[in-house]
Amino acid sequence: MAVAGLDLSVGAGECFGLLGPNGAGKTTTIEILEGLTPPDSGDVEILGTPWREGAAGRALRERLGIQLQETQLADKLTVSEVLALFRSFYRQSHTVEEVLALVELEEKRKARVVTLSGGQKQRLAVACALVSKPELLFLDEPTTGLDPQSRRQLWEIIRRFRAAGGTVLLTTHYMEEAERLCDRVAIMDHGKIIALGTPKELIASLGADHVVDFAPTEGGIPADLVEVLRQMGGVSAVRTGSDGVSLTVVELHRALPALLALLQQRGVELSLLTTHHATLEDVFVALTGRQLRDT
Amino acid sequence: MYQLALSRMREFYREPEAVFWVFGFPIVLAFALGLAFRNTGPGRLQVGVLAGPGDSAVAVVLDSSPRLVATVLDTATARLRLRTGRVALVVIPGDPVVYRYDSTRTESGLARLEVDEVLQRARGRKDLVAVRDDRAVAPGSRYIDFLIPGLLGMNLLGSGIWGVGFSVVQARQRKLLKRYMATPMRRSHYLLSFILSRLVFLIVEVVALVGFGWLLFGVAVRGSFVTLAGITILGSFSFAGLGLLVASRAKTIEGVSGLMNLVMLPMWILSGTFFSYARFPDAMIPFVKALPLTALNDALRAVMIDGAAVTSLGTPLAIVGAWGAVSFVVALKIFRWR
Repeated sequence: MAVAGLDLSVGAGECFGLLGPNGAGKTTTIEILEGLTPPDSGDVEILGTPWREGAAGRALRERLGIQLQETQLADKLTVSEVLALFRSFYRQSHTVEEVLALVELEEKRKARVVTLSGGQKQRLAVACALVSKPELLFLDEPTTGLDPQSRRQLWEIIRRFRAAGGTVLLTTHYMEEAERLCDRVAIMDHGKIIALGTPKELIASLGADHVVDFAPTEGGIPADLVEVLRQMGGVSAVRTGSDGVSLTVVELHRALPALLALLQQRGVELSLLTTHHATLEDVFVALTGRQLRDT
Repeated sequence: MYQLALSRMREFYREPEAVFWVFGFPIVLAFALGLAFRNTGPGRLQVGVLAGPGDSAVAVVLDSSPRLVATVLDTATARLRLRTGRVALVVIPGDPVVYRYDSTRTESGLARLEVDEVLQRARGRKDLVAVRDDRAVAPGSRYIDFLIPGLLGMNLLGSGIWGVGFSVVQARQRKLLKRYMATPMRRSHYLLSFILSRLVFLIVEVVALVGFGWLLFGVAVRGSFVTLAGITILGSFSFAGLGLLVASRAKTIEGVSGLMNLVMLPMWILSGTFFSYARFPDAMIPFVKALPLTALNDALRAVMIDGAAVTSLGTPLAIVGAWGAVSFVVALKIFRWR
């Protein structure tokens, strides 16, 4: 079973993110919500209505915009032909020109799909979702595999959609993306929700807002040193991994000098020392003990 | 649905290979076969005379017949030419005169009759009964007249099954079907759009092939064009339904290709496209006749060659229609939408 015991609700006008590594069950979850995969058990309500076959289901679909993770649109059609086709499925829709403007693909309107770059294809996929003037937009890993610039363009499209009052449910395995875009996120792992809240709340749940990573040049860190680190003022958590030690600290300006002094006193040479603001990535690591990317 | 059908057509005509296989290939095939089997009348039969005493006398007598060309050959050449069909028969002069030929070959049988006739007459045989030839050329009796309707049927089958099958499976493989399912599109519209776009291409296919046959080989349509149009539309619908059925479950192009060949190959061979299915054993005929392509070919030939009226074609058209209707309904039931 890909997903089990999920219980969550998304409010109107919200941007909600499902976060987790590949295989966590994000796509299964979003496809159940989209009415594409029937759940084995449980209830789904979208815009106040459960999924039904036939006319009721179609009426609900009129109000949704959906982008799937793996859809490849017809290569031989041009951008505006694809949009005209998707537009024809809906009773109410943007004109092709309007939706081209929404995703900034005006210059590509006559280009065939096969000639588009990855980012442009993805924007076209989102355009197909936006063409119906949806109240609720589902985006399944909209920016996976895109370069930073294309990713930012997509974020901008999502922001504009929200500014116009739309609700968004997206999945991603980029924690940074979730932090920037989402009002609330659910972190998923192995088909279960392991954390739910606003990005701020989740980061605050670490009990500290900075993370210090360091690694010694050779050998490991002696166990007694780890114990000493735990007792140090301002340190709320210590994790040791194969490639070094990671401290979660409250007051960086106090903890860092103390740490350096301690390491010098013990004669430990460092090959790496970095600090950053705590992110959702650190929340995931704290909850699962694994890095997000290498799972 | 109009937009769906339009997209289908755009995808098709932007695929040059597909256009060739659907429109160009049947015409090339018709041209090649038409040339190979062009009717040059009975022609002159090639016969050999084995080198030996009296060979040239025999050869001169045979050559004097307007229907024979005789050549004197040595033993080895004679054997080779007989085996490869370059000569229909070899005459070995002597007493008795020996005719060496393969009795299973029609040409050789003809040559045997003609050679014997000429030689016997040269020795003074007289006709005992007065006879007169009344040569009639039956319209539509040439091979090309038989071939063009068959190619038309085969083409409808091929483009129906390939055209529909491949694009459905491709859409499924690319998750495009799933994407369509995420819109309020009606499922029946999706399937009907294939049939609609097939209808448009059908016109081009039929006009191209029939026009080609008419211009180059003078293959006329003796029945009414309306009937011909009706039959091709019915056939096209039927094969589009069959194409949907073939493609209703397959997940990969490779998988569907195998299924398509399974459906089409037997019909190409059995259904009387290139030669009459009457050559198959009697026990097989009812089965062969129940195939949609057989029924369609029969109906097309009846209209094009015999000028039959639509009313006389009830049975074959019912068979074609039933195949289409049943496969469409079954396809709709078992279709894998994701």
